[in-house]
Amino acid sequence: MDLIADRGRRVPIEELNTSRLLAHARKQAAQRKFDDMLIVDVDAHHYENENFAEILPFMENDVFRQLAMSARAKGGRGAITVQNVGYQDMGGRVTRYPLRSSEKTPDGAIRDVELGYRWMDAMSVDYSCLFPTGMLSIGLHPQTEMEVELCWAYNRWLTEKVLPHSHGRFFSMLCLPFSDPDASLRQVEAFGDRKHVGGFMVTTVRNNFAVNDNRYMKVYRAMEERGLVLSFHSGPNWGEPIFKSCNRFLTAHALGFSWYNVVNLSNWVINGMGERFPRLPVVWIESGLAWIPFLMQKLDHEYMLRPSEAPLLKKKPSDYMRDMYYSSQPMEIQDMQALECTFRMMNAETQLLYSSDYPHWDFDLPSTISDLPFLSEKAKHNILGGTAARLFKLPPRNEKQKENLKKFGNLTAAA
Amino acid sequence: MAEKFVAKTSEFADGDRRIVFVGDNEIGVFKHGGQFYAYSNFCLHQGGPACEGLTIARVEERLRPDKTSQGLYFSETDMNFVCPWHGMEYDMKTGECISDRKMKLKKYQVIQKGDEVYVVA
Repeated sequence: MDLIADRGRRVPIEELNTSRLLAHARKQAAQRKFDDMLIVDVDAHHYENENFAEILPFMENDVFRQLAMSARAKGGRGAITVQNVGYQDMGGRVTRYPLRSSEKTPDGAIRDVELGYRWMDAMSVDYSCLFPTGMLSIGLHPQTEMEVELCWAYNRWLTEKVLPHSHGRFFSMLCLPFSDPDASLRQVEAFGDRKHVGGFMVTTVRNNFAVNDNRYMKVYRAMEERGLVLSFHSGPNWGEPIFKSCNRFLTAHALGFSWYNVVNLSNWVINGMGERFPRLPVVWIESGLAWIPFLMQKLDHEYMLRPSEAPLLKKKPSDYMRDMYYSSQPMEIQDMQALECTFRMMNAETQLLYSSDYPHWDFDLPSTISDLPFLSEKAKHNILGGTAARLFKLPPRNEKQKENLKKFGNLTAAA
Repeated sequence: MAEKFVAKTSEFADGDRRIVFVGDNEIGVFKHGGQFYAYSNFCLHQGGPACEGLTIARVEERLRPDKTSQGLYFSETDMNFVCPWHGMEYDMKTGECISDRKMKLKKYQVIQKGDEVYVVA
């Protein structure tokens, strides 16, 4: 198969095989004895758009289902999800994007599960929280009804056709149709008790909501009562007015992924959501870590002078931030002292959750955590899987993992 | 240091690459502009297969004398090879990382004997 390089020059590349592509990851895993350690990836992806033929029939409304299926039919000129401008594949440099369709999976296997096993086994990941890709932009859809319908269909398909066939290795935090609080509550009630559902995810690339809006309190309460996890998954949006001045995808991507979580977390903390729902675990996903010390200092500084605007708070904003969880990727390993300071400020030993974001372009291997020179063994085990095992009640997959979970105090809830 | 056979010269076209295994080590051998170049196949970023991805001309931004941008162009002379995991780019002639020239892949000597190409590792 050929890839397109400069000036249309064609470069022959073998067809994609994820296990082969990640052979060096497998080597790292063996060298570091990762199989003895429970590793949980709290943010991995599949391409749900490749499965729309199976997903769309689950839409409930006849009219919207017909619109969606017709738009995707041969010759159809419609689009059912919002496509952001961007160059995730870096002009073909990240070869698994253009080569993706060339990868073969056995007949009868569920392709997304099979591909998942390949990269999970290469990295020695035991469990992955599976998220969609294109639907991360569902919050930009102009029709609330379509957002509700697509989330419902995706959540049904995922919990009925995919997760039950992954031998328990995949779980998910399902998509909330956040533009409609009533529909969000209905989906929590409908899917929240299903197997392999660890919680629900809000796609934060959207402009039509404030996480502290009164209409959402019933949604959070329903999740807290069920022992579910609430997560906010960030993303880029080059079309956002503030980013329209960015002439490079690099800039819009770097800032966008942090920005949406900066805004939403600020509203969450300042409006005392941590006081209102103290038993609701909250995870902030895919913004990296560098923004956390910035926001802790910024919010604390303002709060010290203006507590009258945040009367529900009983401690500093940074203290509430330390009560919540953060996924690790894309971890900014540039200045080791700055990273160490970040880990200290956020209590990474108990609040940081390893994530790969595979197969997206800026994925992180487990070695990005295990090789950090300033971390204790306990911290490494907690971050790579122990904390997530407690949060999502995931059991060890072998005796060595069980010993390690026990050694670092993570076994009780997981066993 | 041993000489490891890479390929027949006559079968190694310009623009081709080979990956050779020397024990646990992996070396990528490129032929570009009639010259052979050989580097460690372990990316300095996260250990990906640095030599197994796309080869692509360097992108440069040209400025006018008044410092205004003329736009982006592919270089007429400089070629990069790209780690397929994350897109880290390396200079074909030096093995230096384009985004930080202090980072450099280990370079290996390539020798030709008659119609055969060897890498010294």
